[in-house]
Amino acid sequence: MRTDPGRSARARAGDAAARRTCSLLVAAFMTLALAHGTARAAEEAAATANEAAKFGADWRTWHANTEVTDLLSVQRGARNFVSYCLGCHGLKYERWSRLGDDLSIPPELLQQDLLPPGDKTTDNILTTMPPKDAESWFGKAPPDLTLMMRARGPNYVYQFLKTFYVDPSRQTGINNLRLPATAMPDVLSELEGLKRAVFHDVMTKGEGGQFTHEQVFDHFEIIAPGRLSETEYDGFVRDTVNFLDYVSEPSQAARRALGVWVVLFLLVFTWLAWLVKREYWKDVH
Amino acid sequence: MAVKTATGAPAPLPAGTTAPAKKGFWAWLNRRMPIEEFLATQVTGYYAPKNFNIWYFFGSLAGLVLVLQLLSGIYLTMFYKVGEVSSFDSVEYIMREVDYGWLIRYLHSTGASAFFIVVYLHMYRALLYGSYRAPRELLWLLGMCVYLALMAEAFMGYVLPWGNMSFWGAQVIVNLFGTIPGIGPGLVEWIRGDYGIADATLNRFFAMHVALLPLALLLLVALHLVALRQTGSNNPDGIEIKEKLGPDGHPLDGVPFHPYYTVKDVVGVGVFAVLFAIVVFFVPTLGGLFLESPNFEPANPLSTPEHIAPAWYFTPYYAILRAVPNQRLGALLMLLAVSAFFFLPWLDRSPVRSMRYKGWMSRTALTLFTVSFLALCYLGLQPAEGLYVALARIFTAIYFLFFLLMPFYTRLDPVKPVPERVTYHAH
Amino acid sequence: MADHAVVAEDEVDLSRRKFLTRATIATGAVGAAFAAVPFIESWSPSERARAQGAPVELDLSKLDAGQMTTVVWRRSPIYVVRRTPEMVGRISGHDAELKDPKSQYSEQPTYAQNTQRSRTDEFLVLIGTCTHLGCLPKQRFSQGELYPSWPGGFFCPCHGSRFDLAGRVFNGSPASVNLRVPRYSYPSPRTLVVGVDEKGTA
Repeated sequence: MRTDPGRSARARAGDAAARRTCSLLVAAFMTLALAHGTARAAEEAAATANEAAKFGADWRTWHANTEVTDLLSVQRGARNFVSYCLGCHGLKYERWSRLGDDLSIPPELLQQDLLPPGDKTTDNILTTMPPKDAESWFGKAPPDLTLMMRARGPNYVYQFLKTFYVDPSRQTGINNLRLPATAMPDVLSELEGLKRAVFHDVMTKGEGGQFTHEQVFDHFEIIAPGRLSETEYDGFVRDTVNFLDYVSEPSQAARRALGVWVVLFLLVFTWLAWLVKREYWKDVH
Repeated sequence: MAVKTATGAPAPLPAGTTAPAKKGFWAWLNRRMPIEEFLATQVTGYYAPKNFNIWYFFGSLAGLVLVLQLLSGIYLTMFYKVGEVSSFDSVEYIMREVDYGWLIRYLHSTGASAFFIVVYLHMYRALLYGSYRAPRELLWLLGMCVYLALMAEAFMGYVLPWGNMSFWGAQVIVNLFGTIPGIGPGLVEWIRGDYGIADATLNRFFAMHVALLPLALLLLVALHLVALRQTGSNNPDGIEIKEKLGPDGHPLDGVPFHPYYTVKDVVGVGVFAVLFAIVVFFVPTLGGLFLESPNFEPANPLSTPEHIAPAWYFTPYYAILRAVPNQRLGALLMLLAVSAFFFLPWLDRSPVRSMRYKGWMSRTALTLFTVSFLALCYLGLQPAEGLYVALARIFTAIYFLFFLLMPFYTRLDPVKPVPERVTYHAH
Repeated sequence: MADHAVVAEDEVDLSRRKFLTRATIATGAVGAAFAAVPFIESWSPSERARAQGAPVELDLSKLDAGQMTTVVWRRSPIYVVRRTPEMVGRISGHDAELKDPKSQYSEQPTYAQNTQRSRTDEFLVLIGTCTHLGCLPKQRFSQGELYPSWPGGFFCPCHGSRFDLAGRVFNGSPASVNLRVPRYSYPSPRTLVVGVDEKGTA
């Protein structure tokens, strides 16, 4: 707001007043923002301190809360799967073309971004890893994941991807809470980071009166951060789990949509049938 | 004095007179096949008690589910490929690649559970109103044979997807036959056709599930209906409506099956269809009760599922099997548990048929039995450890006491006076 | 009669009864029709059949002049013939001996409704199924191979139908229609794809 010499004195006074009010407002706003920010920072610090003390302690209650109708999430999940999982795990019951249709991915993008080179869109989604080699490398061929959601449930996969921890005693260097002694390496560690698991000793009295010691998981400690923040990694896992939920039953969205009409129709039919029944049964005394 | 029925059509003529021939094709057909005669005697001329309540829907619903299973099953057979290597894959092929294959599959899987829900409620009606009592003993026995055939059909059908539970369920149940003294182990190998549950077992179960047992079921159901026609239906009051006939020769407390019960049964079908559709379209696995999770993994002889349990409709008997620490005795007891039902017509010594007029002893016994059956069903789904084992034993005892003590408590029970005519409230 | 379960006729409202019954039956019939749809639709070619019926590509540089190769597309044999200029010359001059020289009654895409029944003179693409009863006609490309005036073409061993080097049927053959031409195109000069053309995928 430059002073314009052509303006009248009263106008200039008015301008000045306006400038002062503006500055006051800005100052007020900044004070508030600063206060709010400080308060939030303090809050978060406290929360983080608390969480750090028990991060992961409640891992058994972690829910995936999948939503297969969230198309964007499922698309991201498909991308995640192709980038990080397809190297070892297949989705042999699903075809690329079906994926493209259900996820609204045009064939050119499908070919360019998702399809491994050499695969046709009508092919089934197969991993390139030869099963015999896989067995000799990992001890067990990585299972096909098409039906994993239906066999184990979304929470299982969600918890599995979020409870890897460093374990020097194992050949792969890692372990997992959801599937202890898993043969799978922590392929997502570049995204999630590395964490160690802290156990505490629990003594339980056995049947014969002897005491047995047991290592019970207490909480995680982050060793090194990954490329993604905690929230971002959680989003990554949720998208992937969402995608796997879709792949386990691609027709589920259509099933539910059709179901609404079927049930509505049947309710109408039953109502009509009941009217007929009541009409005829007026005869009976 | 032409008597008209509710549809406005003329009442059926007394038995013995031949209907006046109509013109054309219908007349041609009826001179060669007794269609009109059949309808007149079995449908519009068949009088059923007017006081049927909700428990009387389940017979016709069972027939409906049978037709549904036949239709959906035959269609599945068009796409399913039996074989150790191909079965599991072909089910996924049906679910994903066949147009509406997923719907046909869910109709069949939900239909299997629906069949048992309906059949158990149908049988329960018999327990409530004494429908197994003379002169309907044969009707009851034939119904029990239908139940047995149904259990065999369901068991074999469950093996066909060749999931991990299919395999291990088959393993456990077929092994039970090994407990038969002497012939046991040989019998088991003969049933399996191999040294373990294998392709041979799968193939023969397929043949029996698709051809043999459906034919047996249809035959038994037909005989069941003939036996019903012969004696006429029982009713909630347990009195014989044929004992009070009107001047036209029909029971005073009866109504022609058509149109009254055809119309009423359609409502029953509608309500059932709504519930059935809700399951098929929104919760087909019903949290793992109708489609078990381990069955979404292919059969693996080297990996047992965490909890082997049969489908929910077998779990009461499975709980009884596990309640006994001895495998041979457990199998025997399980067999007796199913067989006990066959003896009901002769165990029940009450002077009255229907629970409405029986005394507190019979009511208590039936209530305890109901609770036990449901509890055993739940317990059969749980791992056999801790408190569950103790409870299973208690409820097994109550289950058997219901039958064993029946000759006594039904005779000692103070009964209420049975009415002359059925109790009916217009609705 | 007063004691009977069913009441006498005059208290019955027959028209309401008839209307409701008909409405219910009509609704039921509609429901039954809709219920039949999944069962009927399930018989359509499945996703797997559609995938297996996807367009087939062929590298034409591998095919020598005067040679024929066969590929399978949608469960039918597809004959691909690389005609020499001499063979192209033998397509004309015998119209009087053909049942349908202008291909008015046979099945082919618009770009094959010409004398040589193909997009280009050089390559002939045919469905190798005899239009009589479905046997696979054998190649008889040489002049005079069957009889002195034989211009070259196809001979079906099952019942003796004869077709020329454009797949057109000769008089005297049990077959009455020229060999069918599938939809095809050339994404590049030396690549043939059967099952795709300007209108899209078959």
